[in-house]
Amino acid sequence: MVTFTYTVWILLIPFLMFILLGLAGHKLKPKLSGLLGTSGLAVITALSYITAYLYFFQTEKIDGAFQKIIAYNATWLQLTDDLHIDIGVLIDPISVMMLIVITTVSFMVHIYSLGYMKGEKGFERYYAFLSLFSFSMLGLVLSTNIFEMYIFWELVGISSYLLIGFYYQKPSAVKASKKAFIVTRFADMGFLIGILILSFNTKTLDFITLTDPAGPAIAQGSGISFMGLSVMTWSMIFVYMGGVGKSAMFPFHIWLPDAMEGPTPVSALIHAATMVVAGVYLVARMFPIYALAAPAALDVVAYVGAFSSLFAAVIACTQTDIKRVLAYSTISQIGYMMLALGVSGYGGHEGLGYMASMFHLFTHAMFKALLFLGAGAIIHAVHSNYMNDMGGLRKYLPITHITFLIACLTISGIPPFSGFFSKDEILAAAFSHNKILFAIEYAVAGITAFYMFRLYFNIFWGEDTRYEHTPHEAPVTMTIPLIVLAIGAAVSGIIPFNKLVTSDSKAFESEIEWGIAVPSVLIGLLGIGIAYIFYGKKSSLPDRLAATFKYTYKWAYNKFYIDEIYLFITKKIIFRYISEPVAWFDRHIVDGTMNAIATVTQAVSFRIRGFQSGQLQKYVYVFISGAILLAVIFIYLWH
Amino acid sequence: MNLVNFSLMRHELLLVVAALLILIVEIFASSKSRKSISLFSIVLFAVITIVGFLPSPTGTLFGGMYEVNNTRLIMKNILNIGSLLVLIQSVTWLNKDENHDKISEYFILLVSTLIGMNFMISAGHFLMFYLGLELATIPIAALAAYERYNNKSAEAGIKLILISSLSSGVLLYGLTMIYGTTGTLYFNEVAQLYGNENLQILGFIFFFSGMAFKISIVPFHLWTADVYEGAPVNITSYLSVISKGAAVFIFIIVLFTVFPLIIITWQKIIYVSAVLTMTIGNLFAIRQQNLKRFLAFSSISQAGYILVGLIGGNQIGMASVIYYILVYIFSNLAVFGVVAAISNAKGKENIDEYNGLYKTNPGLSLVMLLGLFSLGGIPPFAGFFGKFFLFTAAAQNGYYILVLIAVLNTIISLYYYLLVVKAMFINNNEAPIEKFRSDFPTRLALGICIAGIVITGFASIIFEVIKNMSFGV
Repeated sequence: MVTFTYTVWILLIPFLMFILLGLAGHKLKPKLSGLLGTSGLAVITALSYITAYLYFFQTEKIDGAFQKIIAYNATWLQLTDDLHIDIGVLIDPISVMMLIVITTVSFMVHIYSLGYMKGEKGFERYYAFLSLFSFSMLGLVLSTNIFEMYIFWELVGISSYLLIGFYYQKPSAVKASKKAFIVTRFADMGFLIGILILSFNTKTLDFITLTDPAGPAIAQGSGISFMGLSVMTWSMIFVYMGGVGKSAMFPFHIWLPDAMEGPTPVSALIHAATMVVAGVYLVARMFPIYALAAPAALDVVAYVGAFSSLFAAVIACTQTDIKRVLAYSTISQIGYMMLALGVSGYGGHEGLGYMASMFHLFTHAMFKALLFLGAGAIIHAVHSNYMNDMGGLRKYLPITHITFLIACLTISGIPPFSGFFSKDEILAAAFSHNKILFAIEYAVAGITAFYMFRLYFNIFWGEDTRYEHTPHEAPVTMTIPLIVLAIGAAVSGIIPFNKLVTSDSKAFESEIEWGIAVPSVLIGLLGIGIAYIFYGKKSSLPDRLAATFKYTYKWAYNKFYIDEIYLFITKKIIFRYISEPVAWFDRHIVDGTMNAIATVTQAVSFRIRGFQSGQLQKYVYVFISGAILLAVIFIYLWH
Repeated sequence: MNLVNFSLMRHELLLVVAALLILIVEIFASSKSRKSISLFSIVLFAVITIVGFLPSPTGTLFGGMYEVNNTRLIMKNILNIGSLLVLIQSVTWLNKDENHDKISEYFILLVSTLIGMNFMISAGHFLMFYLGLELATIPIAALAAYERYNNKSAEAGIKLILISSLSSGVLLYGLTMIYGTTGTLYFNEVAQLYGNENLQILGFIFFFSGMAFKISIVPFHLWTADVYEGAPVNITSYLSVISKGAAVFIFIIVLFTVFPLIIITWQKIIYVSAVLTMTIGNLFAIRQQNLKRFLAFSSISQAGYILVGLIGGNQIGMASVIYYILVYIFSNLAVFGVVAAISNAKGKENIDEYNGLYKTNPGLSLVMLLGLFSLGGIPPFAGFFGKFFLFTAAAQNGYYILVLIAVLNTIISLYYYLLVVKAMFINNNEAPIEKFRSDFPTRLALGICIAGIVITGFASIIFEVIKNMSFGV
């Protein structure tokens, strides 16, 4: 049996790299520090793939289930006799899967950044932060207990803060980094409260004990109740609040679109593939508790996920900054994953949603990282984030074009790309659990295809905008990651997740449900078709054809007239009366509530300043009144 | 009194000897060699601090009026460490010309207050406690007025002495009720007789008001900001860290050992006070421009968190409060150390004057950053663990709502701590505070504080030791 002790190095190497680059980076040549960081990542990527191979194919299963293996453990704080905090490394199916996701994407981003960030001031600082992030994120997924996870959770937040604010001369970047930090910290307070409640009810923090279906935590946890819900449910809802913050679910999603101020490769790594799915990972990690001891909390997960996915998809249709479109799309896709967890049961085929969620997490990491890196290549070429400044780029950026197209098809759920498989599993799980949520997700699938191809057609087709400099394809350090990720996005659908990553670690049989898959593909195609009519057509019919075939031209012209009606219906009615109010709601009510809390605090603080007058008589008066008031309250009123 | 008795009172007696020695040195020092008084006093105090850690017997003296046990020893040692840091930080300020002829005055007064605090913590009888309390308070008023030609400093001194005599009066009144209803002032005897009669609750509330004044709990806190702002920075840091820490220590001992029978009542009182103190402290802190006032309100809200920790009356509660004071000493002295260094060198004390400090003085800015992060409770710094244990203790007894309010308050506090960080690191300034090099004592003290913030956070053994010496109701 393999012991996996070496996996400690997967954590130590990026940490040491961070120390090295952080302390000595400015003395090295920028290129050298970039290469150092990248080679460190190459080593741990290799280690991760070896671990995955050994774990899934060489380690003996007991009773048909993959075992949870503690590769390393040390007690750190002994709180009470039975409650202690450890630092360790846990190897199980989801942590191994996350190892693959994190190291693959991080490695690609490291390579990509060699080209993208070339010549930037603070190149070595950038690589130091990337190493810090990789370390924290890997620590998060390998944690053996929820407290260790919380520490890494905060470290991830700090490194994300540093990377979003990388262009610290830009006020908007600094503002965005602060917003991200404070919003997620606010959510983390819920997480911490959840941990406190959980640990005092179960007397343990270790994941293995907590999530053992036959263990004491799940058996006793649901006993006591508070305001109609069991204490276990409360603690799980609070823990989920942390996940809502990190995964940018409604109403804590407001930081993610702003976080796009960071360098694009950072968006690909942190805000698409790894950190933002930490919330999904958290729920998956605690899943047996949710499913067996706190089903009400699981419903919260499902509804928050479903609402976020619809809400964000609608907003994505109105954005013109390509990175913001992708940001809202990320929120929407993570909503899918949350929903899948929320509708899942525990064990066997019941756990289809769990498997689907992990599957979609995996494929999403590939295609969304690809989309962001592709967007980076486009921005690199035209020096703008806005769709209006783009168009006709397929001639100039052939590799980016093809890989971007693959990613768009994948996210739209078109076979044979991987998104088709993972999305189908999610829809199947939702169908058997809750028809309303299922219907919402069908609609979201169509909207997703629409806005992704709106993006695609606007960038690569349409009229050729007059560019000041002719756009040129990105250097090879940037195109190789695109190609690698495109292959990943295309073929990762064949990975048999139902054999590897399941709710009870045992394999189960599942097949594509054609009754659900075929309509979902049709809806996706419909979305693409509408996008084509709106945004793809104008220059796709060359003028020369129009001149030769007059009738065809006239027909096309009339079609164009229908386009106008379509445009009227969608742009004037749907966008104005649905999408824009939703966007307005987001900007004013949701952001506004957050601002209002701050304003109210400020206002109250302004109002009560009179107490602090500097006059001693008044102080004595308040002092005596305070004592008398306490006496009155506690002797006569509350005795 | 035999030798064992001497060694029981080791902390107090050594400090008395130190005060006398400094007085003698003062007489013989020529005007040129006066600066060496600081060095002498600090070395002397360092020795006392180390001696304090030697193993000691435990027991009672004077028929139970004076008591020493492991809990009280660790409290005294923590106060010694903090005072030593304050003394080291004061050297720069004391070496200024205008303070030159009053150096020994400073040390003697400060050591006297510490003697008072030590007696207070070792009290087994309310009168002993009261004597210690007064000895700990009156010299501080003199210290607050140390720069007597400075109007603000004189005002701080007079305000402190007036309002503290009021609070002593109220507290004494409470003691008379305690005596009147039980017929004794010995802690262990009162503990068995004290019940929930009206007069007894009134007595407790008056006692509580007097302590609340020392810890600056709302609404007995109003003096804090004025005195903190007016007093010299080093005195302010002593007031906010050591003086408050000592009061918290004796308060928790009295609550746990003298009033266990009325725990239900005092839990309610502390609940209300904790909510008010955290919230009001935070709301006022947001508005402050002067860093000393800012830190005054931040220290008020910190007192609220401490109340959250002790409300459960359990062992982990006492341990968490003692641990938190230790962490708070390091974090707050790091921040105060930077404020003092800048105030002494450039005379600047406002937050907006700190704009762009990182560009000119990166070292001081980083120390300040660490201190503020620890005060704000950002993991993995010690302040986070301190707060975590406090809230854990409250959660253990089911005070979930209180913990929720406390955590909400830490979020607000994070906002204003980050305001200072933003001023230093992000805001632009045409003319930031010029680059200057702080002297050796300042750097030494700040170095110790930073080491303390990191080590107390990571070395779990410290919390274990404290926990083993703590007890519950």
